Amino acid sequence: MTQPLLTVRDLRVGIQAMTVVRGLSFDVTAGEMLAVVGESGAGKSITAQTVLGLLPAGTRISGSIRFDGQELAGAPQQAYQRLRGRRMAFVPQHAMSVLSPVHTVGEQLALAVQSVQRLDRKAANERAVAALDRVGIADAGRRARSYPHEFSGGMRQRAVIAMAIVNNPDLVIADEPTTALDPTVQARILDMLDELREQSKMAVMLVTHDLTVAAAHADRILVMYAGRHVESGPIGRVLAHPRAPYTAGLIASLPPREATGGKLPAISGAPPAPEALPPGCAFAPRCPAAVDACAEHEPQPQQIGSGHLASCHRVNELPRRTTELYA
Amino acid sequence: MTAPLLEVQNLTVHYSARHRRIPPLLAVDQVSFTLHAGETLALVGESGSGKSSTATAVLMLRRPQGGSIRFEGHELTSLDERALRVLRPGIQPVFQDPYGSLSPRKSVFDAIAEPLRVQGRWAPRTGPARVAELLDLVQLPGSVAERLPQELSGGQCQRVGIARALASEPRLLVLDEPVSALDLSVRAGIVNLLTELRDELGLGQLFISHDLALVRHVAHRVAVLRRGRIVETGPAREVCDAPSHPYTRELLSSVPGLDRLPTTSPPPAPDLS
Ligand SMILES: Nc1ncnc2c1ncn2[C@@H]1O[C@H](COP(=O)(O)OP(=O)(O)OP(=O)(O)O)[C@@H](O)[C@H]1O
Ligand code: SF4
Ligand SMILES: [Mg+2]
Repeated sequence: MTQPLLTVRDLRVGIQAMTVVRGLSFDVTAGEMLAVVGESGAGKSITAQTVLGLLPAGTRISGSIRFDGQELAGAPQQAYQRLRGRRMAFVPQHAMSVLSPVHTVGEQLALAVQSVQRLDRKAANERAVAALDRVGIADAGRRARSYPHEFSGGMRQRAVIAMAIVNNPDLVIADEPTTALDPTVQARILDMLDELREQSKMAVMLVTHDLTVAAAHADRILVMYAGRHVESGPIGRVLAHPRAPYTAGLIASLPPREATGGKLPAISGAPPAPEALPPGCAFAPRCPAAVDACAEHEPQPQQIGSGHLASCHRVNELPRRTTELYA
Repeated sequence: MTAPLLEVQNLTVHYSARHRRIPPLLAVDQVSFTLHAGETLALVGESGSGKSSTATAVLMLRRPQGGSIRFEGHELTSLDERALRVLRPGIQPVFQDPYGSLSPRKSVFDAIAEPLRVQGRWAPRTGPARVAELLDLVQLPGSVAERLPQELSGGQCQRVGIARALASEPRLLVLDEPVSALDLSVRAGIVNLLTELRDELGLGQLFISHDLALVRHVAHRVAVLRRGRIVETGPAREVCDAPSHPYTRELLSSVPGLDRLPTTSPPPAPDLS
């Protein structure tokens, strides 16, 4: 086994009075795509921003974040500044939050190149155009001279991905990069990310709430609920044979491919607010398999297959087909 | 066959440009469809294809530039505001953003009571009972009545939005992406509620969505819009399983990963390596 590129262990993140990430561990290996799936408030974006060192001062972080052997938890901002934009890059949900409206797309990309490497303008421009070309923008030389507002939504998101990859990072962290786009554009952008990954061994951590996006593109999945690990493992295995009741519920409630009409199996209730977490397993109030003991202790991740981990006290007592819990 | 609840013919919507020289944008171009009571018709299509513009016209929130919209036999496009006021309660919207469609300072009780009061159907004795009944209809506990929208989850808020729409005793619901902004684990519950209400109350539903897997599940018929025109229409299963228009095929192929999602094959023996 090769050493993972990113190793996160027992990560805890506190913001104001709340602990929003509560003991999370996961790895990202070079060249792979890890999908981090969960609903709003599950702590996905906070985890992404913590790894990138983008959280405001005053955030409490404990645990370990090792990137290529270097410990980042508690490291000074300079350590992050040396990595961000060079070896790790961020693709946010809204393109306009990273593109400046007053510079052309090409100028912004060239500046990003020059911020890590001493290159003259002409060489930096060439790199900028090459990056636009790699993300599939046709006629990149001419489009580099456009302003972001002259691009469509899909092209703008491509430009943001070009910004992220222009310096050939080892890890790209993308937070819902296509949710604002419509499905045909979304599919093309995710395919393009897959191609980039194949060409350069770049790893991608994709934050999404869409299981079908994860299914189509990721190698592995990490399912989170209320700031904690629920289930992780190879994507095909987890989706076909989920072992944690929460994952099983998400999968069971997707509209089926065969029959139509009728009731969808649904998870009752709603996810808890971070300031009002139930005791023990945070999913217990909604879980069809919960027993009293679930409300007493938080379950820890247990290995249940190669690389497949589930956090559930009852993982060995559940029916083989866990989606039946919701029938 | 009974008369349709809604009959739209050659609907045309433009948006005029700010500059006189620039021609107006044709957002909906000669769109026709019918919808019966108890039926769900889905409108699908990429962003900007004219779905919401069609919805806005059916709700008569903006008058279309051409075509006809007949609701329960009344030609909406030729009615004046006063006549529309009588018919409007019959066509109610449910929007994507559950919080955005409720006033942040009004309690759940007041939000649901408001349409009853406005329509003169409020009496001190029956009013509160009707609010309780509506909360029950959307499967919310009576205890949420005194809360403000920000004290509710997204799914609860969407249920309040639906209860508010039902307060007007509509025959047609116009649902514009009603679950796409909701948490993953609460969507199926709202989808079930909408189909139950349709079947119990015999509501017609115009269901706008990006999610073709969902459309295939909830809709009886589908109309595929592209650049303001309907390119394909038919029973939901036929359109989703055997699309005849290349654009529908493209839309379907962009639904990611469906084939990697679990099928009904039995799970393998546990692997405890
Ligand atoms: N108020 C407006 N003024 C000018 N143009 C508009 C207005 N509203 C919509 N449009 C334009 O009309 C066309 C159709 O828009 P519409 O909102 O109906 O699409 P849609 O199918 O609902 O898209 P989405 O999936 O993004 O919601 C688009 O080109 C849009 O930019
Ligand atoms: S620990 Fe208990 S409550 Fe939590 S998922 Fe497992 S069975 Fe359900
Ligand atoms: Mg719309």
